[in-house]
Amino acid sequence: MRDMHAIRLRVNGRDHDLVVEARRTLADMLRHDLGYTGTHLGCEHGICGACTVILNDAPVRACLVFGVQADGAEVRTVEGLAHGEQLSDLQQSFSDHHALQCGFCTPGFLMLAEAYFADSDTAALTEARARELVAANLCRCTGYQGIVEAVLATARARGDAKGSSS
Amino acid sequence: MSVIGARLPRKEDPRLLRGRGRFGDDISVPGQLWARIVRSPSAHGQVRGLDVTEAASAPGITKIITAKDLPPGLVIPVRLAVGSADLSPYLQPVLAADTVRYVGEPLAVVVGDDPYACEDAAELVVIDIAELPAVIDAVSADAGEHTAAELTLGFGDTDAAFAGARHVVSIELAIGRHTGVPLEPRCLLAVPGPENSDLSELDIFGMTKVPVFNRDLLAGMLGLDEALIHVHAIDAGGGFGIRGEFYPEDFLIPWLAIRLGRPVKWAEDRAEHLMAANHSRQQHHRIAAAFDDGGRITGLRDDIVHDNGAYCRTHGVAVPELTVAMLPGPYRIPAYRGRVRVVLTNKTPCGTYRAPGRFEGTSAREHLLDVAATQLGIDPIELRERNLLTKDDMPHDRHITTLGTDLVLDTGDYPALLAAAVKEADRLGYRTEAHLVSPGGISPGGAAGPKPRGFGLAMFVEKSGLGPQETADVTVSKSGTVHVFSGGTSVGQGIETVLAQIAADALGVDPLVVRVVAGDTAAQPFGAGSWASRSTVVGGTAVHQAATAVRERAVQLAARMLEAAEEDLEVRDGSIGVRGDPNARVTLAAVARAAGPAGGYLADGEPAGLSARCRFEVARMTYPYGVHAAVVEVDVGTGRVRVLRYLVAYEVGRAINPMLVEGQLIGGVAQGIGGALFEEFSYDDAGQPQAITFIEYRMPTAAEIPPVDVLLTQDAPSPGNPLGVMGAGEGGVNAVGAAVANAVRDALGLAGGIGQLPLTPARVRALADRREGAA
Repeated sequence: MRDMHAIRLRVNGRDHDLVVEARRTLADMLRHDLGYTGTHLGCEHGICGACTVILNDAPVRACLVFGVQADGAEVRTVEGLAHGEQLSDLQQSFSDHHALQCGFCTPGFLMLAEAYFADSDTAALTEARARELVAANLCRCTGYQGIVEAVLATARARGDAKGSSS
Repeated sequence: MSVIGARLPRKEDPRLLRGRGRFGDDISVPGQLWARIVRSPSAHGQVRGLDVTEAASAPGITKIITAKDLPPGLVIPVRLAVGSADLSPYLQPVLAADTVRYVGEPLAVVVGDDPYACEDAAELVVIDIAELPAVIDAVSADAGEHTAAELTLGFGDTDAAFAGARHVVSIELAIGRHTGVPLEPRCLLAVPGPENSDLSELDIFGMTKVPVFNRDLLAGMLGLDEALIHVHAIDAGGGFGIRGEFYPEDFLIPWLAIRLGRPVKWAEDRAEHLMAANHSRQQHHRIAAAFDDGGRITGLRDDIVHDNGAYCRTHGVAVPELTVAMLPGPYRIPAYRGRVRVVLTNKTPCGTYRAPGRFEGTSAREHLLDVAATQLGIDPIELRERNLLTKDDMPHDRHITTLGTDLVLDTGDYPALLAAAVKEADRLGYRTEAHLVSPGGISPGGAAGPKPRGFGLAMFVEKSGLGPQETADVTVSKSGTVHVFSGGTSVGQGIETVLAQIAADALGVDPLVVRVVAGDTAAQPFGAGSWASRSTVVGGTAVHQAATAVRERAVQLAARMLEAAEEDLEVRDGSIGVRGDPNARVTLAAVARAAGPAGGYLADGEPAGLSARCRFEVARMTYPYGVHAAVVEVDVGTGRVRVLRYLVAYEVGRAINPMLVEGQLIGGVAQGIGGALFEEFSYDDAGQPQAITFIEYRMPTAAEIPPVDVLLTQDAPSPGNPLGVMGAGEGGVNAVGAAVANAVRDALGLAGGIGQLPLTPARVRALADRREGAA
């Protein structure tokens, strides 16, 4: 007998109603039930961070969260970052700094950085702190250099924009 | 400015950044079933029984198969056959029948309509195995019983060289078992075609690296015509040699799909990946060099035990062969003998991992040179300078064959690159920093203190551009879009961008109008795949030739359209016009339309379309080379090694996109640091793997990888291809084990070698203790 639950959540601003098994992970629910396949599974035990999404403003490993725990929540995934055809400043910065090769880990790094930016003084981000942040996730292709640079450049640009508008 | 050499942003990036890449498990189709592999829990044993009764009656389960359900005698053949050894007794069966030989060996497949249900049912399969003793250590294993092959390569009279030597220096070095570990686990989706379809009987998503080879092999095993199997090009989350070889699952999933008449998907989990996909690297070297009075090498020999795990897989004995073939590196060596014994153990079978055989061989040779430098009282850089082949030696025939090709070092100025690398390292302050007093203690060159620093350097020759061929089709469609259909595959390296730049250059168009499909067997049925740093060299040249042929054909047609002589035409910015007459000009799109069946410009008997197919054949590889330098800090108290600075100097012939070349090198360094310091598949005495999660298998994070300095040179264009390019995929990882080992040895002031990689905290502490004991 499967333990099924009816839940409602909002993903990238869109409401979804669905019935999921209690043990189904948020990652599998997003990917296979709702079609948000940009969230990737690299280890399914919370180390690699490829499945990082933003759940009610906090970054979470979607492989370590059950789908039912997202009942009533707001989730942001990589699909919600671009503005229509326009890449976000962070996405563009990743391309400019060659911060991705195979691109499998990339959505996790993007969501990790966005969650950090939303919660921190971007203008004050140092290279050491950016490296510490990026060290939360695994990338096998890039050696992290481009990722650190892309996060840092975006933080500085956003910090400057915030500074000049205030 | 030519688009070749431009640091263009990657064509792959927008889709990947938006989460719109198409990786294996992103693709699902209606009616799809899921598969779960049941794997051996024992390292070695007789299978007494597999009871699937309870599992088969679990909810949602469609089918469970074991070896008894398969056609008899199915094994995975060798793709890269080298040497003369008969490996047929050591090939891996698709499913184990009577005997299991490593933990993780496939025993059964559970198929059902939900992956969670399949995992549950897989645990209900009752496995009865009578355990047998497991062979874990290849060096101490009985040679007669466990040796699968022995290879010896070399030249000159090595025995005489050692007998007459002024100095002989020898070390032992063990290289740890580790592997590529791409971040995307393996995944395969097999979709049987509609009955009586003439188009395709089987669609496959998830075969990368060598899709045409795998398609043909699968066709043979299934008894299907190869043209009825369509392997689709999709994104792959990293390759590194390991992904895309033909594994047991590559037969099982398609076979089940056909048998059940339903699409079947298999997506492995990380634990499966770490115990089932190819391991690599594990070797034990006993290497020695003979020197004359002037510190010149007169002979080199290496006796290697190569731990290949439980079976010979698709690479056969290619990795041990490459190890001994490439071992002489960039040096002038009058006499050399490399011997390697391939030993089978009860561990995961091995294959290639980025710079296969070279990471291992470079580690041994370059560490030996540093030990020799100490013993001979010569500076390590000076010792290398005295022994490098020079520009005047090129081309240099090693009189060795590897991967079926003659090993002829084709071009280069090794001393110049070494000098440039040392100059760059000094400009960046490497040696000063290495021998400075560090905050917690004092250094230089091995003095006592809690955190000594050290400098290490290593030099190497890479190989790239393995043939024998690659084929490319280039077609211009009526909108003016240029379509490239390459036999290479996209594994994250940026092949779409690089091939677009090559095609755009030849055709005089903007790279933005070029679309590249890499690794689709219907679009390019003659592809040889992406591996061995071959795609830019061999695949790129095929695209260059096909695009050039299209350009020539376009000029021919434009001449008819403009009623001008071909020699008066120029090609630029996507159009062809009469030189000096801005009004007499046609776009490439217009030429493509003119080449249509009703375009009005085709001569009798000419085929329609503006397209060309070219095959680039190459008999020998091309050999890039490089220098690595590292500064490390060793915490003697904890055994922790931190890499503070890292430099790669690399000759690439010609960089199509320097940003991508640098990315390959920097990413390779990170993987190399993993193998030098952190990553290791260890086993207990019973053969149980001790690293099956990312908690035990420690891949480096951004905290362990320093910013990498790159000195990219383009001073030695390859003579073997019209673009002058050499491969860049493996030069970043090749010498990391050597450079880090040398730097740690310098920091600790060791007289001998470090003995074993990776330099885990426990091993570093033992080295430090031994040093203190000796002092």
